[in-house]
Amino acid sequence: MAHKNRIFSGMALCLALGLAFSGCGRQGQKADSLQIKGSDTMVNLGQAWAEAFMQADPKASVAVTGGGSGTGIAAMLSNTCDIAELSRELKPEEIAMAKQKGFEPKQIVVALDGLAVVVHPANPLSQLTQDQLAAIFSGSVSNWKEVGGSDLPIVVLSREVNSGTHVYFKEHVLRRNRKESQVEFAPTALMLPSSQAIADEVAQNSGAIGYFGMGYISVKEKTLAIAKDADSPYVQPTIENVVSQAYPISRPLLMVTRGQPTGLVARFIDFVLSPEGQKIVVKIDFVPVKSN
Amino acid sequence: MKPMRVRKLKEWLIEKSILLSGIFSVVFVLLIFLFLLREGLSLFRGESVIDFIFGKSWYPISDPPRFGILPLILGSLLVTLGAAAISVPIGIAAALYIAEIAPLRLREGLKAGIELLASIPSVVIGFIGMITLGPWIKNFFNIPTGLTALTGSVTLAFMAMPTIVSIAEDAITAVPRQYREAAIAMGATKWQTTWRIVARAARPGMLAAVMLGIGRVIGETMAVMMVTGNAAIIPKSFLQPVRTLTATIAAEMGESVQGGPHYAALFAIGIVLFVITFLINGVADLYLHRSRR
Repeated sequence: MAHKNRIFSGMALCLALGLAFSGCGRQGQKADSLQIKGSDTMVNLGQAWAEAFMQADPKASVAVTGGGSGTGIAAMLSNTCDIAELSRELKPEEIAMAKQKGFEPKQIVVALDGLAVVVHPANPLSQLTQDQLAAIFSGSVSNWKEVGGSDLPIVVLSREVNSGTHVYFKEHVLRRNRKESQVEFAPTALMLPSSQAIADEVAQNSGAIGYFGMGYISVKEKTLAIAKDADSPYVQPTIENVVSQAYPISRPLLMVTRGQPTGLVARFIDFVLSPEGQKIVVKIDFVPVKSN
Repeated sequence: MKPMRVRKLKEWLIEKSILLSGIFSVVFVLLIFLFLLREGLSLFRGESVIDFIFGKSWYPISDPPRFGILPLILGSLLVTLGAAAISVPIGIAAALYIAEIAPLRLREGLKAGIELLASIPSVVIGFIGMITLGPWIKNFFNIPTGLTALTGSVTLAFMAMPTIVSIAEDAITAVPRQYREAAIAMGATKWQTTWRIVARAARPGMLAAVMLGIGRVIGETMAVMMVTGNAAIIPKSFLQPVRTLTATIAAEMGESVQGGPHYAALFAIGIVLFVITFLINGVADLYLHRSRR
């Protein structure tokens, strides 16, 4: 009998706990906590900023998660984050959605990023023009010998469509900023879930070509020098070349806030844009907005 | 008298709470299906069902977007077929061995081992597939990349195996002892008894095991997303990358604008998946009931 009773009270407890938890939303959060969500490219950068910020202000707690630019803005729309990190600009429909939810999203450029195009270190090729890049990634060129390399099929690696890097690369490299262009990534392109997955695959596949933010460059991949067109100089993705705008594939990294930032959000953004915050940008291998 | 009434009340309470939990699970399934329908069907206001299911290109974020899921359906089916081709023979053979041939102590060890296999998280299996199996397949077949349908099939075969083995083993054990005794009394060898009598009697149960294993494979997401390369092309061989229905939902749900056409398309993919697994489970259920009778 006693045994049965215990089972019963156990069930009742479970039910009560379940009800209690389902009632909890984000309303219960502390005033000093900050949720940052979005671009995978910016996750390490955001984490570094958060750590430095929390060191300076031990009372604040800042949590940074990735998932992709789209994930970040979706989280902001459903009110589960305070700052969204984006590696692309907001789409018109996202701005419209935000207005529908009753706020005007504010986009703040917090750093710059060059997109490195990488191949296996054993690949003899060291440079490409933007037109050749577009041809490779859209699939009209499928063997390395067609762009001056060895006779080997090209394995095109791309990020998934939830990535701001994917969207940026398509619009600026494949479509060359032309709105009417209908060029797409080759359907045979492998869609990998993260920048690290691209780095890993390029490091072990001698026919692969991929792209990611400069922060992911390591000795296991070879970066290609890129030229705007055949007459322009070939340029490596370095901090100097991105600042001077000589490197053709670079983009702004943004933070989006719900309206004009206030309180802790404003303090955090101020910190990010301060000389100290921009020093962190350089340390994580991105490019500062303010060259001081 | 009094303790009797208390006991009755208790009995009544327990009975009703069990009934309630049974009703709840059915209600939840219904609610999930209704939710899928509500979110997914809005896609077909601007898109025809034929274009959706038989369309050959999947470019969800282009302008205008193209939502053709034929490559995704074929990708899912190819990976599932491959996984079934690997896991069904091995799984059934393993079940027969465990139930009929293995000595008692080995049988317990094998069963524990197979249950352990079922408890490995799919992301771990995917990780192992990506790091070890992918490069091996690439070098063995001398193909440009190791992230292919075959890699996915082998990885998923590992995940379907425990389901197939344990359910098939149950079905075989449930074959009445008299059948075996009668067969042996008639002068049948061990092999004849196992193959012609026991396996035949347990066939409906084994079929159900296979169906449930396949149901698990077609719904698997994480492992498959990590090892198949996710290129939305109509696959022509096992050595090409494929993109499955499940991986598409998982990879793109985060990006889609809530309430937009892309969002609706992903839910419509969910409906397609739901229908496929529902059919598979339905067939399995039918056979399982027949075997019980």
